[in-house]
Amino acid sequence: MSEKVLMKGNEALAESALRAGCRFFFGYPITPQTELAAYMSKRMPKEGGTFLQAESEIAAINMVYGASAAGARVMTSSSSPGISLKGEGISYMAGADLPGVIINIQRGGPGLGGIQPSQADYAQATHALGHGDLHVIVYAPSTVQEMADCAYSAFDVADKYRTPVMILADGMLGQMMEPVVLPEPKNTAPEKPWATVGHNHARPHNIVNSLFLSADKLEGKIKERFERYEVIKRDEPRAENFMTDDAEIVVMAFGASARIARSAVVSAREAGIKAGLIRPITLWPFPAFAIEETIATAKSYLSVEMNMGQMVDDIRLVVAGRAPVEFFGHTGGVIPTPQEVLAKIEAMHEAIGGKAAEAAAALTGGKAGA
Amino acid sequence: MNEKTKQNSVPPQVQQQNLLPLAPLTLIVGHYGVGKTNLSMNLAIDTARSGKQVTLIDLDIVNPYFRSSDYGALLKDEGVELIAPLYAGTTLDMPSLSGRIDTLINAAGENHTVIFDVGGDDVGATALGRFGKKIAAHPHAMLYVLNAYRNLTQDITEAVSLLRDIEAKSGLRATGLVNNSHLQGETALATLLASRDFAENIARDTNLPLLATTIPHPLLHDLDASQTPKASNCPKSSAFFPPEVPLNPYLVQVYVHTPWEL
Repeated sequence: MSEKVLMKGNEALAESALRAGCRFFFGYPITPQTELAAYMSKRMPKEGGTFLQAESEIAAINMVYGASAAGARVMTSSSSPGISLKGEGISYMAGADLPGVIINIQRGGPGLGGIQPSQADYAQATHALGHGDLHVIVYAPSTVQEMADCAYSAFDVADKYRTPVMILADGMLGQMMEPVVLPEPKNTAPEKPWATVGHNHARPHNIVNSLFLSADKLEGKIKERFERYEVIKRDEPRAENFMTDDAEIVVMAFGASARIARSAVVSAREAGIKAGLIRPITLWPFPAFAIEETIATAKSYLSVEMNMGQMVDDIRLVVAGRAPVEFFGHTGGVIPTPQEVLAKIEAMHEAIGGKAAEAAAALTGGKAGA
Repeated sequence: MNEKTKQNSVPPQVQQQNLLPLAPLTLIVGHYGVGKTNLSMNLAIDTARSGKQVTLIDLDIVNPYFRSSDYGALLKDEGVELIAPLYAGTTLDMPSLSGRIDTLINAAGENHTVIFDVGGDDVGATALGRFGKKIAAHPHAMLYVLNAYRNLTQDITEAVSLLRDIEAKSGLRATGLVNNSHLQGETALATLLASRDFAENIARDTNLPLLATTIPHPLLHDLDASQTPKASNCPKSSAFFPPEVPLNPYLVQVYVHTPWEL
């Protein structure tokens, strides 16, 4: 058994990436992801890899594109405003079927926003990380251990489907310390016959490009890619269901807010309320299966987010009117408290109880009148 | 430990064999995340409870998360004065140092303890360098905090080399070590015992006294109830603990926490 060490989320992401065989890191400093790049700058040279602080986020993501095209395991990291700058490059990577890992340690937005934790880039990450018809696999770890595990497996997933993968965390997770067991180092990246590494006149030359001069060919390429997205949607959704077996009030939250929601759910159970928590680990593909598992007992859903309500729309699409879906959150760097979430759960419980009591009263009243 | 070498390496005005009482100026330094803030808060609160005036200076201008400034209300309730970076906790947070620090260095003495919670690594200690000469002229202690489970300083060579970097940047010499080895909520008695060699080896390598090994308060539940100290928050005697518990135990409350811990 490996030994436990104390690490910050940002450090665990960096160390696990190194252990997954990542040997190229290109970035540009921004709070609150600073330690990730700082850690890479210390450790990467010792592993014989390349750490480079680029002149901008845009330069960094294009370096990621280049290293990935040459078959390397490569990563970049930033925080919200910097991720917006990387959007163009991420779209180019998706359009050229290039694997790579992009980390977003979210802070408050829009604009420069603030430096405190936020989940306000949910919609950007899951629906529009770049222009064009594209999806990016998005992981939302909620512990330092899970950050380490996600960073380790993200490279395999990216290579398997030839797609950029995003790890979406926030300033709280990036900065906090927890005990973690690091994965074993590996150096076995899969064969990449498509990589532009020189053909030596032994094969036709490879081209990595997202430009198509004919509309038919571009449509064909995108449709082929969307078939791959269907496989991802079938095989890759992940979620953790906690106390949901008989849950009437199903809370859904990811990342740091899932830990707050979990505390609230435990308190609600202690107060006799049948509450449960769905914690999506993949945000795209969205784990609709986890919601379906709760539909039979759920009387209402509650999305808890550190934004003005973004994931709540995806929950509504899955629930499709079968139960009410409510939202509670804070934004701008304000973190919801477990007490606030508990109060919301209690209010929803009362509303359900109230309706049930009204229905029961109406029934009894009917009988009495008959 | 060799008493003579130690006396040679540490100026006489900062000789210290026990963690408490603290020197009038006490500087808490170490690697990022070894637990400097939690230790600083414990030292500040315990010293305030002993009847002294206490000022805790949050000198962490490197990192805007998890530092003393986040616990202003608690410190105020305990009678500890907090000097925080201007605009701490807001988006205007910037690497600024309060003008009061110079005054406080002069004011520190027998009945007024001033504790510096310094930022992580040599980068954090750079802010201390601004006051290095002035502090050196006053009775002070610089405590290097160790955590055997903290990534990147688990190796004795790494831990000692970081200490030398901190000393170079601050212009001050460490005067003692505090073994604050823990794995947060997963800390068990075995966790502490396993860190003993690490801490003692660093003490030997650096000729610095190992002033204390911190015992997180929740761990007391694991120990024999009859040996649990009831009123005291800082047992000075190891008699409270089973014989295998490292010497110089210092009982600490866990003040630094995440927002989901109720």
